[in-house]
Amino acid sequence: MPEEPLLKVSDINVFYGGLQALWEISLTVNTGEIVAIIGANGAGKSTLLNTIAGVIHPARGSIEFEGRRINTLEPFHIVSRGVCLVPEAGRTFPNMTVRENLNIGSYNSQARGKKMQNLELVYEHLPVLKERQNQLAKTLSGGERQMLAIGRGLMSDPKLMLFDELSLGLSPIIINELYRVLREIRARGITVILVEQNVRRSLKEADRAYILECGRVVLSGNVAELREEEKVQKAYFGT
Amino acid sequence: MNLLLDLSTPIVMGILLGGLYSLVALGLSLVFGVMKLINVAHGDLVLMSTYLAFSMMTSFGLDPILSLVIGMPVMFVIGFAIQRYLLNRAFKISMEAPLIIAFGISIILQNFYQIVWTPLSRGLTPSYAMLSFSIGGLNVPLVYGLDFAVSLIVMLALREFMKRTYVGQAINAASQDRGAAQLMGINANRVYAFAFAIAMVLAAIAGVFLGLTFPFTPQSGVSFLIIAFGVVVLGGLGSIAGTFIGGLVMGLAQTLGGYFIGTGAQMFVAYLIVFIVLGVRPQGIFGR
Repeated sequence: MPEEPLLKVSDINVFYGGLQALWEISLTVNTGEIVAIIGANGAGKSTLLNTIAGVIHPARGSIEFEGRRINTLEPFHIVSRGVCLVPEAGRTFPNMTVRENLNIGSYNSQARGKKMQNLELVYEHLPVLKERQNQLAKTLSGGERQMLAIGRGLMSDPKLMLFDELSLGLSPIIINELYRVLREIRARGITVILVEQNVRRSLKEADRAYILECGRVVLSGNVAELREEEKVQKAYFGT
Repeated sequence: MNLLLDLSTPIVMGILLGGLYSLVALGLSLVFGVMKLINVAHGDLVLMSTYLAFSMMTSFGLDPILSLVIGMPVMFVIGFAIQRYLLNRAFKISMEAPLIIAFGISIILQNFYQIVWTPLSRGLTPSYAMLSFSIGGLNVPLVYGLDFAVSLIVMLALREFMKRTYVGQAINAASQDRGAAQLMGINANRVYAFAFAIAMVLAAIAGVFLGLTFPFTPQSGVSFLIIAFGVVVLGGLGSIAGTFIGGLVMGLAQTLGGYFIGTGAQMFVAYLIVFIVLGVRPQGIFGR
């Protein structure tokens, strides 16, 4: 029985700062998948995530989540539908403690009732956050801040999580940790969209991928196929 | 020994007055912390509460402190409306537009007060306004003691509110990173309106106690603003504790300045200290 995709982006045109950033982008994400969106700097990956999250609204086309249109909604509304964006560099609240950051993660109405439950889960997956719960976010290391951003996102009780450049500027050890958490998140039934510059790593973790170039999807498919593709080999693996 | 006893009067008065000054500054500090707006109408809005209480007292004989039961919700709604319908739109126009709107509100209010209540100097004078009580042998006006007690209670209540309620936390989050707050499900516009409304409730309380402590005219809003400004400069923005300390310093500077130099120099000494702090540590004693 064919299942409706969890997220369906149809032919969106997106303008950012007066210039067109995305041209007729379409993609689908099915429940339980990890989908990677890869491409060079400026290809439009972040713009795409921001559009899904409602920070930018597409000039044309539609975005449907669980069969309902979300492309005209404000970000705070989209969060309560179950879509959570973990922005680039995490953007945790610097002058709030780890615990306070996590608390504010359950602000939306759907998540409030499950705050204590979700907090337990977050501490289970990210024990370092429990250790440092009373520390101010600005005193955390880069990797810890990123973990806090993930934890905070989990508190919003999401069905779909979007990660913008999760591993940017972090050491391989930390990156491994973060991806471990990502796999545990998927095991919990949360669907993931991953935007990464680190192509090799993201293809290792993802089921399917879309490759963006200059605001357009140039290639897509499941990861095994993509790896075989000559273009991908040349562009990203140098063979 | 004599000097110590003599000094104790201005010190105690300065501390008590300082409490009142911090209360006046709270609303200004909150609005700037959240919206980065210097609300130049703050003093006149505080005065609105004073005049409201005055009218309720002269028309219905309602005690000013009791009248806050009406005054606080009224100011809350006014504050919510100002932010939601005026300032919100102004923010979309430019960075300066809200400042100009606030200035406009200030001018309109001052003239409004002039027309409705005349330039006559007024005071909130319930029966207990003339009473005094003693602290360690000193006779101090009851109102000063009330001012300080209320300020303390309000500041503690505000701190708990900001820390424990979702709205308070949302206001805090939105003031640190508006975009990230939106991604957490916070409706930033509504949260800003709330913050301004809360600032107005604080102004409402401050207005009543100012009216009980000092005589006021339609121009008093300017003096209230200057005091609030001084407190915030001294104590730093974004910190309730800082506002309290700033208020104490202002109060003490005024009373001690008056004691050592003369009553005419009171405010001068206070402003001088503000000036020095601005030069030496512009972010304030507790500022970030």
